[in-house]
Amino acid sequence: MSNRKNANVKLNIDGVDLAVPPGTSILDAAKQASIRIPTLCHHEDLCVAGNCRICVVEVAGWRNLAPSCATPVMEGMKVLTSSPKVRVARKDLIALLVSEHNTQCTTCYRSTNCELQTLSAEYNVDNTDFLSVLKPGIEVDRSSWSVEKDDSKCIRCQRCVRTCAELQHVNALDVAFKGKDMKISTFMGLPLSDVVCVNCGQCIIHCPTGALTERRYYDRIWEAIGDPDTHVVINTAPSVRVALGEMLGFPVGTRVTGKMVAALKRIGFDSVLDTDFTADVTIIEEGSELLQRLKRALVSKEKVALPMITSCSPGWVKFIEHMYPGHLDHLSTCKSPQQMFGALVKTYYAEKRGIDPAKIVSVAAMPCAAKKFEANRPEMQDSGHQDVDAGLTTREIGHMIRQSGINFADLPDCAYDSWMGESSGAAVIFGATGGVMEAALRTVYELVTGRDVPFKNLAITPVRGLVGIKEASVKIEGTLPEYAFLEGIELRVAIAHGLKNARVIMEQVAAGDSPYHFIEIMACPGGCIGGGGQPIPTTDEIRRKRMAAIYAEDEGMPVRKSHKVPEVAKLYEDFLKEPLGAKSHHLLHTTYRKRHRF
Amino acid sequence: MDSTASDTANEPVRPHPDQRLRRVDLIFSQYTRERYKVLKTVLERDSDDIISELIDSGLKGRGGAGFLTGMKWKTARETAGDEKYIICNADEGEPGTFKDREILTRVPRKVFAAMGVCGRVVGSKTGIVYLRGEYRYLVPELEKEIRVFKVYAEEYGLDFDIRIFLGSGAYVCGEETALIESLEGKRGEPRNKPPYPTSVGFRDKPTVVNNVETFVSALEVLRMGAAEFKKLGIQDSRGSKLFSVSGDTPQSGIYDLEFGLSLAKFVEEFGDGDTKAVQVGGASGFCVPRKKFHETTIGYQGGLTGISLPTGGSMMLFNSSRSMFNVLHNYLEFFAEESCGQCTPCRVGCQQLLKGIEAIKRGEKSADHLTTLLRLSDTMRLTAKCGLGQSVANSFASIVENFREEMIY
Amino acid sequence: MDELQTFVKMLAEKHGNRRESLLPMLQALAERYRHVSGEAMAEVARELDLSTAEVYGTATFYSFLDTTRRGKYIIRICKTIVCDMHGKNQIVKTLEEQLKIKVGETTHNHKFSLLETNCLGWCHKGPAMLINDEVYSDLTPEKICQIIADYRNR
Repeated sequence: MSNRKNANVKLNIDGVDLAVPPGTSILDAAKQASIRIPTLCHHEDLCVAGNCRICVVEVAGWRNLAPSCATPVMEGMKVLTSSPKVRVARKDLIALLVSEHNTQCTTCYRSTNCELQTLSAEYNVDNTDFLSVLKPGIEVDRSSWSVEKDDSKCIRCQRCVRTCAELQHVNALDVAFKGKDMKISTFMGLPLSDVVCVNCGQCIIHCPTGALTERRYYDRIWEAIGDPDTHVVINTAPSVRVALGEMLGFPVGTRVTGKMVAALKRIGFDSVLDTDFTADVTIIEEGSELLQRLKRALVSKEKVALPMITSCSPGWVKFIEHMYPGHLDHLSTCKSPQQMFGALVKTYYAEKRGIDPAKIVSVAAMPCAAKKFEANRPEMQDSGHQDVDAGLTTREIGHMIRQSGINFADLPDCAYDSWMGESSGAAVIFGATGGVMEAALRTVYELVTGRDVPFKNLAITPVRGLVGIKEASVKIEGTLPEYAFLEGIELRVAIAHGLKNARVIMEQVAAGDSPYHFIEIMACPGGCIGGGGQPIPTTDEIRRKRMAAIYAEDEGMPVRKSHKVPEVAKLYEDFLKEPLGAKSHHLLHTTYRKRHRF
Repeated sequence: MDSTASDTANEPVRPHPDQRLRRVDLIFSQYTRERYKVLKTVLERDSDDIISELIDSGLKGRGGAGFLTGMKWKTARETAGDEKYIICNADEGEPGTFKDREILTRVPRKVFAAMGVCGRVVGSKTGIVYLRGEYRYLVPELEKEIRVFKVYAEEYGLDFDIRIFLGSGAYVCGEETALIESLEGKRGEPRNKPPYPTSVGFRDKPTVVNNVETFVSALEVLRMGAAEFKKLGIQDSRGSKLFSVSGDTPQSGIYDLEFGLSLAKFVEEFGDGDTKAVQVGGASGFCVPRKKFHETTIGYQGGLTGISLPTGGSMMLFNSSRSMFNVLHNYLEFFAEESCGQCTPCRVGCQQLLKGIEAIKRGEKSADHLTTLLRLSDTMRLTAKCGLGQSVANSFASIVENFREEMIY
Repeated sequence: MDELQTFVKMLAEKHGNRRESLLPMLQALAERYRHVSGEAMAEVARELDLSTAEVYGTATFYSFLDTTRRGKYIIRICKTIVCDMHGKNQIVKTLEEQLKIKVGETTHNHKFSLLETNCLGWCHKGPAMLINDEVYSDLTPEKICQIIADYRNR
């Protein structure tokens, strides 16, 4: 019996004989035979919905067509994926979705990167058969700093709903009403800015159409660039350089760091700097904060919030503010690298370069939607100005480069400007889940023991990869005298990415039985390389390739540890004086606020 | 409303030889003064024996799908599960259907007794009546009867509880997986099938969902025996069925009629002398025009001259004063509102059909558009997720094909 | 704790803090407050550990769980085919005249709401309507006037 159960199921798809494990869907079985069945509501990150019905196929002997995504294979099944019956039905279904859709593709941000548009073109849906049933008077929700929601382009596939629920456990969006009135809605149809949305943008990268997009700010930046009196600075996050190529014709996983810098200079940014610089600063500040917390807990026996949790990911920060407002003291007070950068650009950099900070427009190129919200948090004005004037996504940068007419592929590599353009390999791996942890361990271990972290080639492999929650521990031995209190301690760390996993970690923290000292949490699955501002699509295969590029970038860097970067050392020497010092506290650290969940 | 029905025989359905309408009195019969006597007798029998008897009787679901009741019970019995559930589907929402309300008003004990038997056979201790919100006024009486049932069940050593769960106005919850979602506190959206509720149902446990009338019919089969039951009806349609008769008829009401009746005879008896069409099976059913009355026999789908009974026995009569455009328009408005909205063909298709016939009537679309809409309705039948969307094509195609002029002019 | 919170807590205790309790809780709220308000849904979400969007999404699926405030007596007239054939429009007209409101509206004194609904299962005695849980069938304009007069005096 058990043998039979595990035996492969034999079936025939479009004349191809196949044997696949029981439980495989027809859709996946077809993939194995190199047959592509079109889909819309299906996304490999998400559970099967079977809503759009685009993937229907004909099964011999069945009265109705079967949704291939939701139908498991059966022994002896004969499947046709493109029979006349299937084609007629599929074309009708696409035409129905088009009839419900705002078809002004020429003015749509997702044009040429829209699954409905592609399918509609593929099936040559001319849209004269059906009347438009698009609801009149739909208003675009632009209340959020990060996410724009246009119901007129929604095809009700519920990918966003499943993303928000399954991947992120936020549930800001759900299906409301029924029948012809069914739509994707927030609680009471409130603006996105007023609900529990954490701005992670995962709904955006899972949306097949232009219904969910990031708020775009590049027009303002173009204007600033054109203004000779304004000094426009851009800093680029680690994950942008390994994904931007996808927008510009390069294969997934291509590193385009040098070309990106060159393009941004051509576009006219006055200075192209590296967010990695403040990623290194983050490690120094956050590492010191961790050591300080450990010291207060172990030596002074104070009641200190441990584990300490990273605060680089603004989607995660807003999540904890909504969902666990009673545990904000676990968050590191460090600002994210973007915000540290902003605060330093309009102080330190301005001073070094002799520029009036009021004339500086500071732009951040980010793999992220939440960074837009973060830049606009009222707390983020410690430089005396708005620290970061605009956060742009990788996609927006791609659009800007396209708009500029630059032939990206032909650009020579170019280096970052200075100051604040130099960084380490430890900073670049911030882009992948586990990267902040690895960078921190490289520095903290060395600060405490004076030796390299005990992993071959500094690659702390247990913290790498796409497993949802990763754990590692490092035994601290042979400490330097000032860190003797850590001698023999097993430093336990955890890494979570995707807010579903963050919730698991936080339930432990809330229950008071979290076994860790230090936790890295990133809102997006895969970390920033899978961020809500990254090129679409993003799947696990794509995440892996971007990740590999990040680690290759690290290995190629002359400096691999944050505390060894000369420009960073100079920053402390000339300006900040010491980690966690008064100036750091003023510029580089922040506070959080309790928010409502209901 | 569901479409899981599968029939073995492909021969045409032949009407009952003598072509008479045979009224029977099964469902509402009060054959004994002793309450729950049948329950007692049946509980003394072996469970496998009960299932064999049900299968042998050929009893099919009276709610719409027409699945073999005995097979449903058998699968649920054979599926392992620490808990199992017996659900009575009393979400009677099909336009023109009102027989479940009558059953629950007049013979609720038969329903509860059958649920108890089903619980024993399947191995379940929990029964739930999913009652549509529109019938909430029935609750006090039903609860009173449940208390009586409990007393007898205890006396007969049957460990089985029954509770009532109220719907809140959603036709689609009559679809069994939507009903289960609703019971679980969610939007009543039909699930993907397989798996079927008999293996993964309420709380993901094996679950039997039967219509109110099906439960009563099952009890009748067990009381009278399969052999006796099979004497009623024809081939694939055994026994009798409650018909809800309404529309242009002087005799609106509920009638227990033997399967295999000829529609011509039906109209002769129930019509007002001017019947031009009968809608068989409610808005999800088929519209039969006068010229086809003679060739139409009422039973489960079996062949060309037969007609399926896709829903709970609604018979709506229309006389020549009625506009079939208005009738279809009313149905389509109903479906466009009551679709759960999750799948494309049903959500958008219903709107297209509705807007389409309106546009044709106004002359904004040519009559050729009907051909497109017929194709669309066929796509809906082939691709919709559940019986609601699949069966919109039934009324649409049968009305448009038979009353084309009325749609255009 | 305000009255609403107390009531929701009581409901959660009665039905259990599970998702399955959502519908019975919303039904009870709709009955008591004549609609399910945003505040009520937020309270329910808190009690059942659900997101507010989920509660809203579920509530709006069911046509009897009104999210706008209704009157003490909710009149739901069946608009499905047989009732329609038998003069439902005349009944609606009479009701509109009597109550001085249109379908979908509520009287100023919050006594009556007038709504249309799908098949009530009284096709053989149409036109039919519900006033709260009570059924009225075989309706005629004269009957309507009597029924409304009756409810006015309640």
